[in-house]
Amino acid sequence: MKLNIEPNLAAADDFYERLIAAHRDLSEEQSAIVNAKLILLLANHIGDMDVLREAMEAARAGVA
Amino acid sequence: MKTYTHPRFDYVRSPDQDSQQPAHHALIIVGAGPVGLTAAIDLAQHGVPALLLDEDNTVSLGSRAVCYAKRSLEIFDRLGCGDAVVAKGVGWNVGKVFFKDRLVYSFNLLSESGHQRPAFINLQQYHIEEILIRRARDTGRVDLRWQNKVVHVEQDAQRVRLQVDTPQGAYALTCDWLIVCDGAKSPVRHLMGLESRGPVFRDRFLIADVVMKADYPTERWFWFDPPFHPNQSALLHRQADNVWRIDFQLGWDADPEEEKKPERVLARLRAMLGERDFDLEWVSVYTFACRRMERFRHGRVLFAGDAAHQLSPFGARGANSGIQDADNLSWKLKLVLEGKAPLALLDNYSDERIFAADENILNSTRSTDFITPRSRVSRTFRDAALLLADRYPFARRLVNSGRLSVPAVLVRSELNTPDAEIFAGRMVPGAAATDAPVAVNGELRWLLQCIGGSFTALYFAAGMSELPVEAASGIAALTLDRISVDTRVVVEPGNPIELPPGVMKLEDYEDFLIQRFDAAPGTFYLLRPDQHVCARWREFDLERVRRAVLRATCND
Repeated sequence: MKLNIEPNLAAADDFYERLIAAHRDLSEEQSAIVNAKLILLLANHIGDMDVLREAMEAARAGVA
Repeated sequence: MKTYTHPRFDYVRSPDQDSQQPAHHALIIVGAGPVGLTAAIDLAQHGVPALLLDEDNTVSLGSRAVCYAKRSLEIFDRLGCGDAVVAKGVGWNVGKVFFKDRLVYSFNLLSESGHQRPAFINLQQYHIEEILIRRARDTGRVDLRWQNKVVHVEQDAQRVRLQVDTPQGAYALTCDWLIVCDGAKSPVRHLMGLESRGPVFRDRFLIADVVMKADYPTERWFWFDPPFHPNQSALLHRQADNVWRIDFQLGWDADPEEEKKPERVLARLRAMLGERDFDLEWVSVYTFACRRMERFRHGRVLFAGDAAHQLSPFGARGANSGIQDADNLSWKLKLVLEGKAPLALLDNYSDERIFAADENILNSTRSTDFITPRSRVSRTFRDAALLLADRYPFARRLVNSGRLSVPAVLVRSELNTPDAEIFAGRMVPGAAATDAPVAVNGELRWLLQCIGGSFTALYFAAGMSELPVEAASGIAALTLDRISVDTRVVVEPGNPIELPPGVMKLEDYEDFLIQRFDAAPGTFYLLRPDQHVCARWREFDLERVRRAVLRATCND
């Protein structure tokens, strides 16, 4: 597995707060756009297709 | 129509219709569209007379396929009508993508210099067909019969039997080989009980051809969700004669008959074009499918173009891939007809062009999914990519308004001899040779004018004062083989090297060839009659070249 699933965020609570704050005062539709942009920006940063595929599989697991 | 009058081609009674026995032809082609005409001209140039049957008596009724890619122009060049097509067409290299009311980015499809032809020209299909019909007649070897409709087909191991309907009744014909290029609905495919399978997309598009004097630059403009056509897409292209092609996505629920009404179309156009003067020339509403036949050869019947595979229009891959089908098939059929290659070479036509069709279907399906998202989340990601594309170059690569037609690189073809040495660049075995400027006897020419038609080769001899003995004798010997190879020797400008009689010298005056083929002195490229690379080596070796020719013709 190439996806890093070990704890890697130095300040997890700070990150989480910022993530929620990034959606403050947005409609559902606007939030969806922000999330999609965020995913595309991060995917480009990661670049590695194996990592991205593993992350997509992990995200979908148990949902459907 | 205001800018074009359709020619009427008369039905002429053929002596074949009065024959006691069905008249026999080596080759019959069904369908005088761009693909059938390309095949007929190509085979005629190879010395093979072609009987071309068409059920109609004129050229394409609408502008239909308007974008002809560089590779198609290069094929038309080889067929002797590239200049006529380019002179009448409108060349373009730049595309622009808009989202809502903003330009998101623009792209240049031909960013490097040193090519004779632009990335694309736009030209109405009826103009293309007229030019090809003229060229077919000029060959003197194409017998074009109008209002000849094939109504029955059967075949055995020896021949194909046809029943053909005409204004003066039916008559029978037989042939060794039948090439079927009768379009997406392919009546002949149906007569033979064969299917083309794949998904139909639940969307409708309106095409309008508009005559207007507009000062827009000659570029491809694509809008996602524009203010003049909210929530849908639109596309603008310039064609010849001040005719502009406009595509509007309508959605699945649109009523095709309602949407074709002039007042309805004019309202849409006014929203887009404002109060400028324009005339409506032609309107059509269409849906599309991406599908193909399981194989393109059925015994003595060969399928090409839309009859064999159908694509979405995004990417201009329909007519362009059909023209490449004809380019791929003609030389193979010629060798089979001459008894110089086994039938396996025709199965290879099917294999290579199915590989290309699958690539085209994949690309055009992906474009369709981006342009007409099929779910809410798909729409959200699309809009996110468009919003990012404005500022971030990485996101422009995600935006898909059509991946425009480029020739398939036939990397998996059995005709290729795998590389035994290291090469860089794009001229891998299976790739269509790239163009470059060259000088021949002091005159500016283009590489692609100097190769193809039969097997040809490039021998790189920059810096050499004479050819090595083995190369000189080998190059001469190859011209006398059963399947001959004509070699061009590539040198730096002004190199006075003496060459064997009949060997063409190409001066590579800006190193384009050396760079594009990653060549060093002694490098040898073997090219198929359709200009695709099939083998290459760092050193000339006659026996290796001969083995590669046998392999490239299924004779190994």
